[in-house]
Amino acid sequence: MNLTLRIWRQKGPDDPGRMVTYPVTDVSPDMSFLEMLDVLNEQLTLAGDDPVAFDHDCREGICGACGMVINGVAHGPEKATTVCQLHMRHFSDGDTIDIEPWRAKAFPVIKDLVVDRGALDRIIAAGGYITAPTGSAPEAHSQLVRKADADAAFESAACIGCGACVAACPNGSATLFLAAKVTHLSLLPQGQPERMTRVVGMVDAHDAAGFGGCTNIGECSAVCPKEIPLSTIGRLNRDYLRATRERSGTPGT
Amino acid sequence: MAVTGILLVLFLIAHMIGNLKIFFGPADFDHYAHWLRTIGAPVLPEDWYLWGQRVLLGAALVAHIWAAAVLARRARAARPVRYVHRPKVQVSYAARTMRWGGVIIALFVVYHLLDLTTGDLNPVADQRRPYANVVADFAPERWWVTLIYVIGIVTLGFHLRHGMFSALRSLGQQTPRGERRARSAALVFAVALCAGYLVVPFAVLAGLVG
Ligand code: SF4
Ligand code: FES
Repeated sequence: MNLTLRIWRQKGPDDPGRMVTYPVTDVSPDMSFLEMLDVLNEQLTLAGDDPVAFDHDCREGICGACGMVINGVAHGPEKATTVCQLHMRHFSDGDTIDIEPWRAKAFPVIKDLVVDRGALDRIIAAGGYITAPTGSAPEAHSQLVRKADADAAFESAACIGCGACVAACPNGSATLFLAAKVTHLSLLPQGQPERMTRVVGMVDAHDAAGFGGCTNIGECSAVCPKEIPLSTIGRLNRDYLRATRERSGTPGT
Repeated sequence: MAVTGILLVLFLIAHMIGNLKIFFGPADFDHYAHWLRTIGAPVLPEDWYLWGQRVLLGAALVAHIWAAAVLARRARAARPVRYVHRPKVQVSYAARTMRWGGVIIALFVVYHLLDLTTGDLNPVADQRRPYANVVADFAPERWWVTLIYVIGIVTLGFHLRHGMFSALRSLGQQTPRGERRARSAALVFAVALCAGYLVVPFAVLAGLVG
């Protein structure tokens, strides 16, 4: 199939950037979206042009490195699918496809479609961890977890930190990411010691990074490749309300 | 947002129930309106309770708008470069129109106060006869007044549909099943409130109240 791509090109953080149109020919429907971009980049390289920079690593939907906004939808038209797992058969011959980077103040563009998602790391550093003894793995049955809690925690643990929730949010908020991390840890016994300081620290880091505030619209969950449920945000809010009430009694804030 | 919104919603419920008194006839309705001024008597002088409520609601409204403005400014700052290709929000019309809907509702509230509280825009404008004010307002030849009220109330309905759900979420509603329940409750509540408010102008228009 033959396609017309309109891709955001930006030489560096200070370049204002613009959409540039490229034709690509002979795209196989079995290719992934990133392989299609590889084809384009080979064409560009042979022609002596600068290839389009985009982030990727595992190409199997588990690392969270890839991500771009395709026709206005983060990770493209398929539900619960990262862009590396999106196949060209979901497009038709002759389509024009708009490709843009995640757009958020907290995600500055480094080049073309590559953005700096360090803000998510800063949120994690502010509390997205547990204090566990290192060494050999503990006996799995030594700590019991209710099945319902284990399932909900696992569901949230599936977040790959791709940032699509931010890209899709009309408020530019990373609350779904935040809620996934807080839910994951605060439902498990290992997450209890830091539960209250975690939520306050991570929310503060989120706001300080320049993300917007959540208004429960739900665009995030609709594009999330791991289908993190919107209801995790309720768990985040509940922990936050509790933590801000109890904060004075919590050491180590 | 959630707390101030809930205060305003409590008022909306009381206001709607009060409005429905119109179906008991002019004497009952006017008596009810007069009673509002005397709540708290004889401990409180006349109108004190009413002013207290006005101040409280005014403060809640200001806080609500202030919080909305802060969120809107943060949202704008969080995405300095806009998308070239941006389809409509996938999720819900109600969620997408919260901000402009809020502005329309605020304008409607101003109109409504000038109409039925101060009487500046009302053809009868007699504070002692609210029943007559309402009937004159929604007379068929003044159809545009009814239209303004319909627009105001329907916009309010959309605002409440997302607002009620969102408030529950902000206060910690946390399971997917609860979310489905909260969404349906918000929808039912918004529709019921719209119906409760709109039945008055349409009853006048249809000549059932006159
Ligand atoms: S919540 Fe979903 S969209 Fe957001 S970072 Fe995690 S996996 Fe990506
Ligand atoms: S490249 Fe790893 S998730 Fe897409």
